[in-house]
Amino acid sequence: MTTTELERPIDPKLRRQSSLRLSGPILLLGVAALLLLLSVVRALTGVDSLTSSGTVNAALGLAVPIGMAGLGGLWAERAGVVNIGLEGMMILGTWFGGWAGYQWGPWVGLVAAVIGGALGGLIHAVATVSFGVDHIVSGVAINLLGAGATRYLSALAFEGVEGGGPTQSPRVANLPSFTVPGLSGVLGSVEDQRIVVVSDLAGIARGLVTNVSALTLIAVALVIGSFWVLWRTAFGLRLRSCGENPVAAESLGVNVYRYKYAAVVASGAFAGLGGAFLAIVAASLYREGQTGGRGYIGLAAMIFGNWRPGGLAAGAGLFGYTDALQLRGGNAVHALLLLVVVLLVGVTVWNLLQRRPVAAATGLVAAALLLWWFLATDAVPNQFTFFAPHLTTLLVLSLAAQRLRMPAADGQPYRRGQDR
Amino acid sequence: MSGIGARLGGLTRRGGSRSPASGQRLLFGLAAPALAILFAAALTSLVLAAAGDSPLAAFRAMVEFGADPASIVNILNKATTYYLSALAVAIGFKMNLFNIGVDGQYRLAAMLAAAVGGAVNLPGPLHVALVVVVAMLVGAAWAGIAGLLKVTRGVSEVISTIMLNFIATGVVAFLLSTDRLAVSIQGSNNIGTRPIPESGRIPGLALVPGTGGKVFGFIVIAALAGVAYSVLLNRTRFGFDLRTTGMSESAAVASGVNVKRMIVAAMLLSGAVAGLVGMPQLLGASYSYGLDFPAGLGFTGIAIALLGRNHPVGIAIGALLFSFLDVSSLILDFEDVPPEIVIIMQGVIVLSVVIAYELVRRYGLVQQQRRVGEQLAAEEPDSAGPGPAAPSDEVRA
Repeated sequence: MTTTELERPIDPKLRRQSSLRLSGPILLLGVAALLLLLSVVRALTGVDSLTSSGTVNAALGLAVPIGMAGLGGLWAERAGVVNIGLEGMMILGTWFGGWAGYQWGPWVGLVAAVIGGALGGLIHAVATVSFGVDHIVSGVAINLLGAGATRYLSALAFEGVEGGGPTQSPRVANLPSFTVPGLSGVLGSVEDQRIVVVSDLAGIARGLVTNVSALTLIAVALVIGSFWVLWRTAFGLRLRSCGENPVAAESLGVNVYRYKYAAVVASGAFAGLGGAFLAIVAASLYREGQTGGRGYIGLAAMIFGNWRPGGLAAGAGLFGYTDALQLRGGNAVHALLLLVVVLLVGVTVWNLLQRRPVAAATGLVAAALLLWWFLATDAVPNQFTFFAPHLTTLLVLSLAAQRLRMPAADGQPYRRGQDR
Repeated sequence: MSGIGARLGGLTRRGGSRSPASGQRLLFGLAAPALAILFAAALTSLVLAAAGDSPLAAFRAMVEFGADPASIVNILNKATTYYLSALAVAIGFKMNLFNIGVDGQYRLAAMLAAAVGGAVNLPGPLHVALVVVVAMLVGAAWAGIAGLLKVTRGVSEVISTIMLNFIATGVVAFLLSTDRLAVSIQGSNNIGTRPIPESGRIPGLALVPGTGGKVFGFIVIAALAGVAYSVLLNRTRFGFDLRTTGMSESAAVASGVNVKRMIVAAMLLSGAVAGLVGMPQLLGASYSYGLDFPAGLGFTGIAIALLGRNHPVGIAIGALLFSFLDVSSLILDFEDVPPEIVIIMQGVIVLSVVIAYELVRRYGLVQQQRRVGEQLAAEEPDSAGPGPAAPSDEVRA
C-alpha cells in the first residue's frame, strides 16, 4: 500500500459504517445502558420479574440449548456448510441423552447425546461434503430422519420400561449444579430491597451464581473455547479458510474435505450437547418434541450474532431471556414492550442525527404503535410471546442483513480440483 | 446473503444439463429414484432385522393392507394433499427459491379460509370458490412477505420462511380460541372454526369399487393444478423466465428479465398453491379447522418435490409412494412393529435419492467430458484453430 492511498480522504459512507463498529468500551457502555434502562423500566412498571434472579436463572438455562445449537451452526458455517439439520441432530441428542442417561447416569447420557448428535453431523457431512448434495436439502432430510428415528427407537426402547412410554423415557438423574456460597445469599438480600439499579444488578448477578448446572458451565466454556480455537489457532484459521475460499485453502495445502468433515461432525456434537441439556438438565427425561424448534432458533441466534461466538451468545441470551419472561406470564413481556419503545426512540434520535429522515420516521411510527399497544393492553398474549425470538430474528435480518457478513463460500458445494 | 439462493442451482441445473443421449438420460432419471428406494428398503430391513422383527413379514403386511380398497381411498386422499404441497415447493425450486414455509402458509391459509367459509352462506360453487380463493390469497400473502424481504432487504428466504412458520403457528394458536374465531366442538374437548355449511363442501367421488369410502373431490383440482403447473412452466413466457432465472440469474438479467419481480411472483405463486394444501381435508372431510388439523405437510412436500425432481408426474408418483407408506404402516402396529419405521424409510429415501441424482449427474458429466475429449482428439489433426477453450466451457457449464 502506498502513502497516497493512505492519505486519501475516507469515503463518508465508510466512515458512517465505521462509527457503528462495536469496540470493547462502546460495547460495555451499551450493556451498561441497557441494564440501566431495564431497571428503570422495571421500577416504572413494577414488574419485578424483569430483573429478578429467578428470571435470569431461567434465561440462562433456556439460553444454553439455543447457544449450543448456534455454536453448532457456527462451526459448520465457518467451514462453509450450512446446517439446517441442527434441529434433527438436537433431537438425536435429546433421545440418546435420555436413553443412556436413565440407564447409566447423566454423565454417560451427556456423552451419548454428544455422540448421537455427532452421528447426525456425520450423515450431513457425508451427504454435503462427499456427495455434494445441496446443504439445505440434506439438512431437511436429517430433520425428518432425526424425528422419525427417535420415534421409532422410543417405541422399541422405552415402551414397557417403568416410567417410560412410546413418547418419553424414564427419569434421568440430574447433573450437579453449583451455587457460589455466601455471595448468593448476600445478593439475595440486596435484591429484596428493591432499590432501583442496585437491586436489579444484584438480582441479575444472583441469577448467574445460583443453581448453575455443570452443563451450563461447560457450555460457556465451549463458547469461549470455540472463539479461541476458531480465531486464535492455525487449525481454526484453516477451518475458516474452507468457508471463505476453499479453492485457495486447498492450494495452500489445506485438506478441505477433512476440515469440513471435522467441522460438521463437531457441529452435530454441539447440537447433541444442547439436546442433552434439554433432556437431562431441563426436563430430567426425554420427551418427544422436546426440542420445539430450538435448533432453528440456534441458527437464528448465530445469524443474529453475525457468525461470531460473542454475537451468538448474545443472541442466545436474548432469546433465552424472552423465553424466560414468557414463562413468567404475559405481563412480564408486556413490560418489555416499554423497553422496546425506549430503544426505538433511541434509534430514531440516532437516525435523525445521521440525517436519515425516512428511517427515523419509520422508527417513530413503530415506537408510537408499540406504545399504544403497551398502554391499551395489560398483557401480551402467550401465543405472541411464543414467536418473539422468531420475529426478532426476522426484524434483525431485515434491518441489518446488509451489515451481516456470512462466510463467503457458505453453502456452496465444493469439489476438489474443480474451480467454480 | 445471495449465496444461499445460488447453491440451489444444482437442483434445477441438473435437469437441464445435456447428456449424450436423451434415452440414456431418461434411464438414469428413472434409475436414480429406483435405486434410492431399494437402498432405503434395504436399510430399513436391516433396522427391522436388528430389532428382531422380520422385514419380509412387515413389508408383506404393508402391501396387503395397502391394496385393500379402503386403504386405497386413504392413500389417494393423503396423496392429494401431499401432491399440492410438493407442487408449491417445486414452483420455488424451479426458481432456486427454497420455500420451507409451505407448512406455515397452508396452516394459516386453511384456518382463515375455514373461518370465512363457516361465517358465510352462499350458493354451492360460489361458496367453495370463496373458501379456495381466500386460502390462496392468504397463502400467497404469507409467502409474499418472504419474497418481499428477499428482494428489498436481502433476507434469505430459507431463514425467513422458517421464522414465518413459527410465527404462523403462534398466529393460528392466537386466533383459534373460543374468544375469537373458534367454537367448541360438541362431544370432544377439541375446538375449531365454525363448520362450513353444506353449500361450501366438495362431495367425495366413489372412484374405488368395493368400499363405501370416497375419494376427495379435490383430487380433480389437484390434478388440474399439476397440468396448470406444467403448462405454465413449459408453455408460457412467464414459465420460461422463471426457469431461466432459476438456471442462471445473470443470463436472465441479460435477456431482460426483472429478477426481483420474478422472485416475488414465484413466492406469491408458491404460496397460493400452498394455500390449497389444506383444502382437500377442509372441504372434503373436516369442514372446520380444529386443533387436530394435520400439520407438517409442508415438510413432506419438500421431500416429495425432491423425489419427483419438480416434475408434475414425478411428484405424483412420489406423493403416492409417501402416502402409501404412511397409510399401510398403520397395519404394523398389529405386527408389533412400530409404524414409525416408515418415517425412517422416507427420510432415507429423500437423502439417498438426492445422492443418487448427484452421482448420476457426475457420471453423466464424466461421460460428456470423455465424449468431448474424443471429438477433440479426432479434430486435432486438421484444425488447431478453435482450440479447446470453447468446448471445455460447455463441459463446465
